[in-house]
Amino acid sequence: MKKINYKSFPDKNGRFEEFGGKYVSETLMYPLSELEKAYKKIAKSVSFKKELNNELCNYVGRPTPIYHASRISKELGSCNIFLKREDLNHTGAHKINNAMGQAMLAKAMGKTRIIAETGAGQHGVATATACARYNLKCVVYMGSEDIQRQKVNVYRMKLLGAEVISVESGSKTLKDALNEALRDWVTNVDDTHYIIGSVAGPHPYPMIVRDFQSVIGHESKIQMKKINKKADILVACVGGGSNAIGLFHPYLNEAVDIYGVEAGGFGLNTGKHAAPLNKGKPGILHGNRTYIMEDQNGQIQSTHSISAGLDYPGVGPEHSWLKDNKRVKYVSVTDNDALKAFYYLTEKEGIIPALETAHALAYAFKLAKTKKNKNILINLSGRGDKDIDTIISLKRIKV
Amino acid sequence: MNRINNVFKEQKSVFITYLVCGDPDINSTLKMMHSMVENGVDLIELGIPFTDPIADGPVIQRGIERALKNRVSLIDILNLVSKFREKNKTTPIVLMGYMNPIENMGYKKFSSQAKSKGVDGLLIVDLPPEEAGSINQELSKNKLCQIFLASPTTEDKRLKAIARYSSGYLYYVSLKGITGSSLINYQPIKKRINKIKKLSKNKIPVTVGFGIKTPEAARKISMFSDGIIIGSSIVELIDKNRKNKALMHKKINNFVKSVKSSLVK
Ligand SMILES: Cc1ncc(COP(=O)(O)O)c(C=O)c1O
Repeated sequence: MKKINYKSFPDKNGRFEEFGGKYVSETLMYPLSELEKAYKKIAKSVSFKKELNNELCNYVGRPTPIYHASRISKELGSCNIFLKREDLNHTGAHKINNAMGQAMLAKAMGKTRIIAETGAGQHGVATATACARYNLKCVVYMGSEDIQRQKVNVYRMKLLGAEVISVESGSKTLKDALNEALRDWVTNVDDTHYIIGSVAGPHPYPMIVRDFQSVIGHESKIQMKKINKKADILVACVGGGSNAIGLFHPYLNEAVDIYGVEAGGFGLNTGKHAAPLNKGKPGILHGNRTYIMEDQNGQIQSTHSISAGLDYPGVGPEHSWLKDNKRVKYVSVTDNDALKAFYYLTEKEGIIPALETAHALAYAFKLAKTKKNKNILINLSGRGDKDIDTIISLKRIKV
Repeated sequence: MNRINNVFKEQKSVFITYLVCGDPDINSTLKMMHSMVENGVDLIELGIPFTDPIADGPVIQRGIERALKNRVSLIDILNLVSKFREKNKTTPIVLMGYMNPIENMGYKKFSSQAKSKGVDGLLIVDLPPEEAGSINQELSKNKLCQIFLASPTTEDKRLKAIARYSSGYLYYVSLKGITGSSLINYQPIKKRINKIKKLSKNKIPVTVGFGIKTPEAARKISMFSDGIIIGSSIVELIDKNRKNKALMHKKINNFVKSVKSSLVK
């Protein structure tokens, strides 16, 4: 393996070697460069860091604990399974780490209106929350199919004062919500900041979102040290890839095995999945060069996953790069296996995970059965309250 | 001398129309291209359909969806241009669209095919000059023009660079927004066009697109630019009349004629 300093990317053009970049219409080049300038400034600012840290502590509830899941560890074999409890964040997922950081950045830039896309609704809720907190107008784009399967989060966003716009174009899921958000931004660049919810999109977004999410990995290192442990294996689910990169990034230059878990849907050979790193090839979508799911004519394919948050045909460019230079292994888990892991964690540890997270859990449980005496650290990216409707319709639970 | 340069030399105001290739079907596209030329169109931008057209409003999105339903591929589009060239050897054709279908075909294959089928230039909405280096090599090798966009948010320094990188013409996006939006104010556009002309020392023709919907708007803009581009208004005529093809063609021809007669000569 060639020696790479993983922390020195992206380069000044927003590239992770052949991935990333800025493939956007001309109108967005100016706001993107303004955003990059503003971000570089606040990233160096001691007072900004202090303020953000204060917000993360007192408003979001950080640091989130690391929990040793002893019951399932024992049942699965000789490994120790640790859960980084991002589900215990305010609003119930890691998404708030980025939403708070970017809302504060938007405030610093003098923007008064925020737009966001959302799949599972977690990023929409996090953004609506940050906007309420900072008195910013908030508009969230959400595919009409996702609105149906994540209703609770739609109610939450509306309660928080956000306008939720149903997106009816294309596949009516996350990718189409992103398209609509980009169209809004081109139209309202003067007063509007676009808070992208994952490490996708044009530069500088993959870098900014990664940096705000890296608090997950930084905390984890300190917390593991405190209990005299060292993670041997990291596991996280990958939709756009923000919770994964947030955990992975601080560990990239260290000797740790890392697994990113994509949504296998009905299975990788059925074509009905959302696993571009496993089954796609490099192409250009939503402003960056990355692995995507496309047909033989370069049209973007529709995806399937039981979890709305993973139902996306692209992935953050940094993950594409980490795949190609073999630093991270990208694997997949089917809907059914994710569901099994969902029930298992719920019943054995009393923690109801998000369906997205259940993909990471399923793969980590498989590793725990085959590896010996390893410390496996899983990013428990979110809680499953939002998925209760989906689960009820599957299990037909009666009250 | 290529077809694009010729047309800007010959016409005071070049009349450019945009069509989604394959909307409502590929044979109609060919027919419209010929009749547009008969009715005064000087250059045709042929849209390559793409599933995620982030710069397009609802009207063109629907046109693209119809074309995608017809499974129109980039190869079909190149073949259509070649068919168009059987009868028309002079009207320039510029392919317009998004990067991924071209990335998928490969720059080299795309460029040589486009040249041999009779394409004159390429305009990619999500490809700013910063990312265009490697495709540009292939396009230049094949003497194809690469048209870049400038917009109301483009800073002076970039304007200058964009004018330098563009060949054939430069496409000024008249407003902050997506296709199909409405133009309200002409003065700022005029100022910007004059600025671009000054910065580029008049080396590249400057055209204006987005928001031009009426012969009146076209006339006003033709007074201070080198050409005007009309897209959504034509795609809307297709949208509304596609069930009755004869009527659709007639309405488009009438509209094209009325725009042509309004332009500065
Ligand atoms: C709990 C949870 N985990 C993971 C994801 C996937 O996003 P990402 O890959 O950016 O972490 C989502 C997205 O909605 C989510 O809500």
